[in-house]
Amino acid sequence: MKQAFVFIRRNPALCASALILALLGAAALCAPLIAPFDPLAINLNAVKQGPCSTYLFGTDTLGRDIFSRVVYGARTSLAIGLSATALSLVIGLLAGMLGGYAGGRLDMGITMVTDLFLAFPSLLLAIAISVLLPPGLLSVTLALCLVGWASFARLFRAMTISLKERSFVEAARAMGCSHLRIMARHLLPHCLPVVMIAATIKVGGFILAESALSFLGLGIQPPEPTWGAMISLHRNYLPSAAWMVLFPGCAIALTVFAFNILGDCLRDKLDPALRL
Amino acid sequence: MNFYLKRIIMTVPTLVGISIVTFVLLQALPGDPVQGLAGDRADQAVLERIRRDMGTDRPVVMQYAGYLKLIMQGELGRSLYTNSSVRADIARKLPNTLLLAAAAMLFSTLFGILLGIFMAVFRGTFWDRMALILSTGGISLPVFWLGLLLVYLFSFRLQLLPPAGMGSGFSGLVFLVLPAATLGLNSAAALARITRTGMLDVLSQPYITTARAKGVSAPVVIFKHAFKNTLIPVVTLIGLDFGSYLNGSILTETIFGWDGIGRYAVEGIFQRDYPVIMGCVLTGALLFVLVNLAVDLLYGLIDPRIARAPAEPLS
Repeated sequence: MKQAFVFIRRNPALCASALILALLGAAALCAPLIAPFDPLAINLNAVKQGPCSTYLFGTDTLGRDIFSRVVYGARTSLAIGLSATALSLVIGLLAGMLGGYAGGRLDMGITMVTDLFLAFPSLLLAIAISVLLPPGLLSVTLALCLVGWASFARLFRAMTISLKERSFVEAARAMGCSHLRIMARHLLPHCLPVVMIAATIKVGGFILAESALSFLGLGIQPPEPTWGAMISLHRNYLPSAAWMVLFPGCAIALTVFAFNILGDCLRDKLDPALRL
Repeated sequence: MNFYLKRIIMTVPTLVGISIVTFVLLQALPGDPVQGLAGDRADQAVLERIRRDMGTDRPVVMQYAGYLKLIMQGELGRSLYTNSSVRADIARKLPNTLLLAAAAMLFSTLFGILLGIFMAVFRGTFWDRMALILSTGGISLPVFWLGLLLVYLFSFRLQLLPPAGMGSGFSGLVFLVLPAATLGLNSAAALARITRTGMLDVLSQPYITTARAKGVSAPVVIFKHAFKNTLIPVVTLIGLDFGSYLNGSILTETIFGWDGIGRYAVEGIFQRDYPVIMGCVLTGALLFVLVNLAVDLLYGLIDPRIARAPAEPLS
């Protein structure tokens, strides 16, 4: 107990960001319990109400409770952010480590593909892909993933190359470990700290990108509440009813901010050499 | 081989790759382009004829060759809605986007570097911590939301700046302020962070102590001795960030009604105007590659050691 207290006092930013994210995660998981209203329920008797004790964040032009919609929006944002990160991490791991470990032609081929994906402005590519796919949770995740895997691949490749000549890998090889085992049990654990940092920051980036796609109408389709779409829908009411735009935007900013701070703190903790 | 020449040749595979990706995207577009062109009631013979004219009955490789030839000539097709040439549209709108990007770049470079140096000089103090939080906040803000808030504050509340639109000539500069600030803020924050790190590294080196010991004034040490050596990461980021300007311009131009290719792309998306979308993707990618090339070539000028070093891909 006392140890925990000391830890919190020494790492206030780490704990604060972790707490914010934990609360957000809990809100997303238990959205039906937390949200006082149905996020889709239209109530024409309570249109454009300012924030009050009933409607914490006010209501929108259709009388839908914005607080409930923000809470439900956390579900989509976090789900897409986390799953897109996980998926692009796996693709990046496979491509990057395989290329870096094998070297030669395979490495050259993989590097070329990676560089190619890095050569597109990411949002533009995500837009092009999400135009092709029918809009929905899956297609947004896929679009973000196709755009995001390359940076992970580059990271894994660079680390694999720097690690594979080290003596512990040689020792493992001398003991007769298979290539697969060397990659999975010897190289991967060494990559994890740096990858964790990159992944944490990437989640924030993906959430930002998802909100941009929703803002452009390419993300999850209405009436399903997403933060980006809420801002887009009510942007013209900013002068008269600022809360409709303010709260969803704050939700995005706070979430991404927490992920960025958490990433920074992890970097300080895990990788002192690579401080940014 | 010459460093510069080699770097230029290295972009060729990337350019080919980009054309392949856009070609695949075009192939994957929903709906039969021939059917779309001929209308729903065209009979089989008409469809066949158009297909032959467009070359869609040939093998995919031949089709790709044809596509490559077209885009090499700068032919990007015609908008499905306005029937105007996509190339002409882009040629007309691109300067606007570049102007906006340049203004945003100026904004972010100026503020980002100054803030970064400020943080490094006052490292560990209250102000450093505040600025660090501020810059982390800066990279966390959604561009489109920030733009809307700035419009609300400066146009509706304070009535200082126009909310949207474009002016011409010198008086048009007021229209540039809000979009440029919106577009540049994310980059300014990122730049501030990387400048701070770079400066902290350099400031702890012995030659800085030497300079200080022999009585060089503080501003000269900071700007001439220290900052010059943090230029490499800073220039890298400014260059790499060009992609984020292109991304951001899609959103910024939409909000501010800026007549650039970002808004053009978004209009294309809403109307499912595929030639427009693909033209914008192609142009954006091409621009991005060229800027990255320019940044890499710049390295050679900033740090001659890189140009002299044996060929090692810069990353």
